[in-house]
Amino acid sequence: MSDANSSKKVLTSPIVDNNPIALQVLGICSALAVTSSMVNALVMTAAVIFVTAFSNLFISIIRNHIPSSVRIIVQMAIIASLVIVVDQVLKAFSYALSKELAVFVGLIITNCIVMGRAEAFAMKEKPVVSFLDGIGNGLGYGLILILVATVRELLGFGTLLGYEILPLIQNGGWYQANGLLVLPFSSFFIIGLIIWAIRQFKPEQVEKD
Amino acid sequence: MSSNKETFGKTVGFVVAVCLVCAALVSVSAVQLKPLQKANKLLDKQTKILEASGLLDQAGKDIVGTYNKYVEAKLIDLDSGEFIEGDASTFDERREARDPQKSSKPENDIAGINRRADNSVVYLVKNDAGQVESVVLPIVGSGLWDLMHGYVGLEKDLNTVKSVIYSDHKETPGLGAEVLNPNWKALWPGKKLFDEQGDVAIKIVKGGAKQGDIHGVDALSGATLTSVGVEKTFVFWFGDEGYGPFIENYRNGGLN
Repeated sequence: MSDANSSKKVLTSPIVDNNPIALQVLGICSALAVTSSMVNALVMTAAVIFVTAFSNLFISIIRNHIPSSVRIIVQMAIIASLVIVVDQVLKAFSYALSKELAVFVGLIITNCIVMGRAEAFAMKEKPVVSFLDGIGNGLGYGLILILVATVRELLGFGTLLGYEILPLIQNGGWYQANGLLVLPFSSFFIIGLIIWAIRQFKPEQVEKD
Repeated sequence: MSSNKETFGKTVGFVVAVCLVCAALVSVSAVQLKPLQKANKLLDKQTKILEASGLLDQAGKDIVGTYNKYVEAKLIDLDSGEFIEGDASTFDERREARDPQKSSKPENDIAGINRRADNSVVYLVKNDAGQVESVVLPIVGSGLWDLMHGYVGLEKDLNTVKSVIYSDHKETPGLGAEVLNPNWKALWPGKKLFDEQGDVAIKIVKGGAKQGDIHGVDALSGATLTSVGVEKTFVFWFGDEGYGPFIENYRNGGLN
């Protein structure tokens, strides 16, 4: 029983308690870049969940055989291969989306969450738990991405998933789109606010001076 | 964990094994998915060309069928403006523009494209009777961040604009990327490319073109450099170093 409990904890704790972006402050760069629309954020989330989950799984399976002098390179090779596969699949099934996400899919390789989890978790734990940890961290990353994208797409374009929610002035409505939120750096403000909100509810996350 | 796993031979062997497995995974996925990717890319291009020719609504789901039925792609030599022999379906403007044998530096490179391919593809769009109804011409020019690729649909007089469809750009979302906004695209139909002297007269007007201005199109608000880029792209591509000679040869319905 305790085993089932702990795997559930591995899966859910990264979503709020130990969120990779909000607490560990990893993977900020892509969170800035791909959150200007909801579709991009969702696809990116799916891609990152896939890569973290499977890189954790494979690395964990061979963890006892990886020579520690080359372990980072081995991790990179596995992660990079998975990212290329994701990129190829995206190109094959959704050309328009892959054009939009373009370089950011490739940049999952450098997303610190993936490397961070591989090094900190998968190198020590059993495959199944590592796999769940990968999914959990991907979900935690995705949650923040989706929150940021909601704010940015709604206030920046007046739409959600491409559907018009706030009719824009230039289309005959009343809403003046906020151009600031269209630009990537506006995510800093939103992520900052999210971190602040989480730490209001969970004061134990506040770092001691 | 254990100290005995750190011998040189073992390390090398392990790395080679990991590399082989990863390489196999990547190659299999790349090769397996290649046909789908190619089809997708072609479909995307054909969709844009149908959109530029105004046939997209009529095509509905059957993009490939409609394209094959009505659109004929032909190669032209840009300098002489004449049709040339060759397979237009394998022509890749971006690749040819990089090849020093098949491209040249424009004398007056206002569109900022650096090199222009010697040949280009024109898409002749026919009606049910097989008469050329409109022509779609690919264009490219610098926007704010990078080159913007697109298609211009022209009526068969090769002067009246049917549509301007950008297919590939990296402009700022919400600002320059509004070249894809249906409201802005709706400003184009009916505009005339050339004035009475035969010079390119298309203007992107800041603050909005006057009512009834047959050459002026509203600029995009907040995207001055993109707007300027669009205007220069037009001036270049419909001038002497672009489709000018071709249009000279075939204007007034000479394509039939």
